[in-house]
Amino acid sequence: MYSAAPADTLRIVPLDAFTAIYHRASGITHLVASPVPEILAALGPDGMTLPALTARLVERYDLLDADGAALRARLDELVAAGLARIA
Amino acid sequence: MRHVFSVRVGPVGFRVGSHWRTPIRQLATLYADYPRPENGVPDFTVRLFAHRPWRRVIRPAVMIGGDFMIPDAAPLPLAQGLLAAEMAMNLQMALGQRRYLLLHASAVERDGRVLLMTGESGSGKSTLAALLSRAGWRLMGDEFALIDPATGLAHAFPRLVSLKNEAIAAVEAAAPGARFGPLLEGTPKGAIRHLVPDAAAVATMDMPGRPALLLFPRFGFAPDIRAVAPGEVLMRLTQASTNYVAMGERGFTALTGLVRSVPARAIDYPDTDRALAQVAALWDAL
Repeated sequence: MYSAAPADTLRIVPLDAFTAIYHRASGITHLVASPVPEILAALGPDGMTLPALTARLVERYDLLDADGAALRARLDELVAAGLARIA
Repeated sequence: MRHVFSVRVGPVGFRVGSHWRTPIRQLATLYADYPRPENGVPDFTVRLFAHRPWRRVIRPAVMIGGDFMIPDAAPLPLAQGLLAAEMAMNLQMALGQRRYLLLHASAVERDGRVLLMTGESGSGKSTLAALLSRAGWRLMGDEFALIDPATGLAHAFPRLVSLKNEAIAAVEAAAPGARFGPLLEGTPKGAIRHLVPDAAAVATMDMPGRPALLLFPRFGFAPDIRAVAPGEVLMRLTQASTNYVAMGERGFTALTGLVRSVPARAIDYPDTDRALAQVAALWDAL
């Protein structure tokens, strides 16, 4: 199970193709591109399993070639950065 | 210290102490029209001191220090004492300022709206600010733009304008009645001469303005103007800010607010006349 970091720990500001995310706990600014904002929005605070997240992204964004391994790699990066958590 | 000078530049008060009289005299002359720190209390203290007691008189070399220091700063010869004082004041701001987000940028204002110009040393931001200040714009500063996170306004910090190498003759020619400091040759950045901001810039330095246009000038290239996307602007400005990380979330608020509200352009120019024309065209198109 993965979940997004609690909303009150992040400041998310869309800019253009990039989104600026301020991580309050570390004071680090992340400049991220798609699909990171979409993943965080889809995960929400309650969390979901990898297959459920894949299904939700497919449904919301018309993904044709959803790749579970690539998505897991992105999630692990987000967990390492503090932007997502393993529930 | 034996020789002392205090000055307020925009919202920031400085107290400069020196082992030598000359740099203090030069500061007092060049900053003669500036006010003193509010209530007599400076925000930052700067010290110009001799590394060893005998270096006050034998091949005098000026070390710079103050509230904030870098441990391996090299001394400057006493003939460059004014430059040492200016560098030391910059250093205090760069390392110690927490009230405003600092952008390494020059700033000029017209009708309450502010043009910010940021770039590496040699990009021409000081030169352009100095020339624009002779063409109807108010000079707000050539080194740091101060962005208030609470309001998004840019506050003026009109220190002496540091002109380097070819820029010295260009500005001397454009501003024949202006006051300049001594020509300092052989500095780590070549020849330097300081321009005293005009009386209007000093008289109105407590008046902030709303940022309206952000430019990334580059000198020495064929003329070109390109839009810069907000994501790239944010990345460039985090690098152009000396206190972005230290400001924490207030810095993020100030910077994202600026990036989202102000158009940004990169301009390449082969000479200052062309740059001034580019600025005028971009400003008129806002």
